Amino acid sequence: MSDIIKNGLIQPDDWQVLRLAEGEAAADVALPAGRIIVPLAVWQARRDELLPKAEAGVLGVWLAGDEDPFALEADLPALQLVAVDFPKFADGRGYSIATLLRTRLGYGGELRAIGDVLRDQFFFMLRCGFSVLQPSEGKYTTAQLEAALTSLKAFSNPYQGAVDVPEPLFRRQTRTPLQKDAA
Amino acid sequence: MYRYDEYDQRIVDERVAQFADQTRRYFAGELSEDEFRPLRLQNGIYIQRHAPMLRIAVPYGNLDSRQLRMLGHIARRYDHGYAHVTTRHNIQFNWPKLEDVPEILGLLSSVQMHAIQTSGNCIRNVTSDPFAGVAADEIADPRPWCEILRQWSTFHPEFAFLPRKFKIAVNGAKQDRALIQAHDIGLDLVYNEAGELGFRVLVGGGLGRTPIIGAEVSAFVPWQQILNYCSAILRVYNLHGRRDNAYKARIKILVKALGVEEFARQVEAEFVHLKDGPSTLTQAEIDRVAGRFDDPVLEPLPQDAGYRAQLAENKAFAAWARRNVRAHQVQGYASVVLSLKPYGVAPGDLTAEQFDAIADLADRHAFGEVRNTHEQNVLLASVREADLFEVWQQARELGLATPNVGLLTDIISCPGGDFCALANAKSIPIANAIQDRFTDLDYLYDLGELELNISGCMNACGHHHVGHIGILGVDKNGQEFYQVTIGGSQGNQASLGKVIGPSFAAAEMPDVITSLINNYIDNRHEDERFIDTVRRIGIDSFKTRVYAERTARIEARETANV
Ligand code: HEM
Ligand code: SF4
Repeated sequence: MSDIIKNGLIQPDDWQVLRLAEGEAAADVALPAGRIIVPLAVWQARRDELLPKAEAGVLGVWLAGDEDPFALEADLPALQLVAVDFPKFADGRGYSIATLLRTRLGYGGELRAIGDVLRDQFFFMLRCGFSVLQPSEGKYTTAQLEAALTSLKAFSNPYQGAVDVPEPLFRRQTRTPLQKDAA
Repeated sequence: MYRYDEYDQRIVDERVAQFADQTRRYFAGELSEDEFRPLRLQNGIYIQRHAPMLRIAVPYGNLDSRQLRMLGHIARRYDHGYAHVTTRHNIQFNWPKLEDVPEILGLLSSVQMHAIQTSGNCIRNVTSDPFAGVAADEIADPRPWCEILRQWSTFHPEFAFLPRKFKIAVNGAKQDRALIQAHDIGLDLVYNEAGELGFRVLVGGGLGRTPIIGAEVSAFVPWQQILNYCSAILRVYNLHGRRDNAYKARIKILVKALGVEEFARQVEAEFVHLKDGPSTLTQAEIDRVAGRFDDPVLEPLPQDAGYRAQLAENKAFAAWARRNVRAHQVQGYASVVLSLKPYGVAPGDLTAEQFDAIADLADRHAFGEVRNTHEQNVLLASVREADLFEVWQQARELGLATPNVGLLTDIISCPGGDFCALANAKSIPIANAIQDRFTDLDYLYDLGELELNISGCMNACGHHHVGHIGILGVDKNGQEFYQVTIGGSQGNQASLGKVIGPSFAAAEMPDVITSLINNYIDNRHEDERFIDTVRRIGIDSFKTRVYAERTARIEARETANV
């Protein structure tokens, strides 16, 4: 059980992320009971077996930074949860992967950031279309996570368009011309 | 100068608050060293030899007098009374305390300045031509485009953690003065055959340890689409640039690995989906941004007779005007380069007093505005001809009128071993020793245009690859040595210098430069610059001369010691 951030609030969460350990194979790794997020390789190896669980909303798929989101193109209508892994917080591939899932692949379900998810990146993650932020277990105390909620809105009116608000500032607001004041 | 509106100001203020909180959490132990590093880097803070170094953004080099005075104040209050102009137009402080940085950022924000994305693996300060808006050979003013790119790239969520740093430069003149061929993206404002404005786009240039001249990925991107096109480039890079090896992580390595054609194809494949999307620019937005520059309205003036008389009468003034004064778009005006290369000073250093004095000079004679140049000088963009004599006199008092702009002693140098933890060797003492050797101004004029660039290690902060003469600090069994290249150049025919041979000890460097210069003098055709001679005859005779004279020196010394 770990805390996640969803809709701007801290919530308890029971999804488990399955990571293949050394020596485990996608084709026959044992799946824990309960709601799980499996690696893309597991999904691809056992799609027929897992599809009903995905459709029932108890199984999701996660993508690694070097995996192509287009590999999930045909499956997205069936998936209610897709996660993108940040192996290190400074590895920014996940931002482009999320953006592609939302804008090019039209994915509308839950999009979850997992892995090295830190509060100083929350703002960027939300902007790229993540709907759930899941810091690694034990990373933050509840009090720290509460304090971190301010990071969700680090900047009130960003310049550029992104997934959350596609219009850039100049299309959202009327920016005033220069008042040429007497110096 | 671009003037912030309320949105610009709020973003900078919110950044100050955000960084103050991050610093607090770092000191409270809530943020680890590793977690804090990228955050402070994206705010321009390196931890260096003496203290953190703070790099402050000067977007496309433009500064006003209020900002100059604030920089002077910060230099006095939080630093050792001086700061450094970098080759990417920025300002760098060498001695601030990390605890003080949030306060410094607050002060900067009060004069519309910040340190956002001045280092770290993100899109850096956009650079351009210091003569933008006043250059006689201008095709289109690059500054509004730079500002649009600055806004787009500031906290761009998708591109906040790239494989490596990313630098964009924009040129709008016939002669490139923005080094666009040595940038991750180089944008060249051009008109197509239909008379429409757009950008020629170069990708994958850069210096550093793998110097590469940028390759053209598109001959023409209509201006409306430029943010969409840049997004496509960055997305391909963000997804596919190497992250396993910091030395192979720049976009130039990706472009080289894929080949320019394949890279361009992948960019195009992204671009078709972004084209005409919400980030497409509109004429109204361009006009609005251009309209937030409060440039002086300059009426053409008759050529100033007094100025011409003074040129005829005063030899020292004429010498300065010849090197440090440049033609302006508007008749009766000129641009003035204040040289930060007096002898015996670290190239590009400015004291707090000089900041204040330049601010005064700019207020009196240059509409309150200055620009930093990548050659590490300061430019007064628009000065009345009638004011030039007075500007010269005042600049002379300030030690800013050395008439050497573009000459051998106008050296570009990185901070090197005196300040930088990555250095193999010192840079500044080498620059000073060479300046000491060449003090005769008439001789320097006769040598003509000559760019000498020094870096203290292969990171190439001093642009040594594109110096007509380049000097690179190397480590030889723990000793500081210097490798010499010749034939590099910036501008439209950018080229990378070639190494002439084994490296030299520090004490040899002035003699090595003398040998190179003498070989040039003996071989040059009339009106040929050093670089032209190197291009015509190649590097061999230079090499032979340098090493022959070196051997002779060593033998002479040994004979003397017998
Ligand atoms: C003293 C602290 C400094 C440190 C630690 C530092 C570090 C570095 C490093 C590591 C690189 C190479 C990055 C890469 O190629 O991926 C680099 C490149 C560069 N630095 Fe610095 N630098 C410092 C100061 C400066 C200063 C003062 C200037 C300006 C005079 C400067 C200008 C540049 C430029 C223009 C490049 C780009 C070369 C290229 O195109 O690859 N740096 N710096
Ligand atoms: S070139 Fe090397 S020595 Fe010089 S500032 Fe850059 S990193 Fe430091």
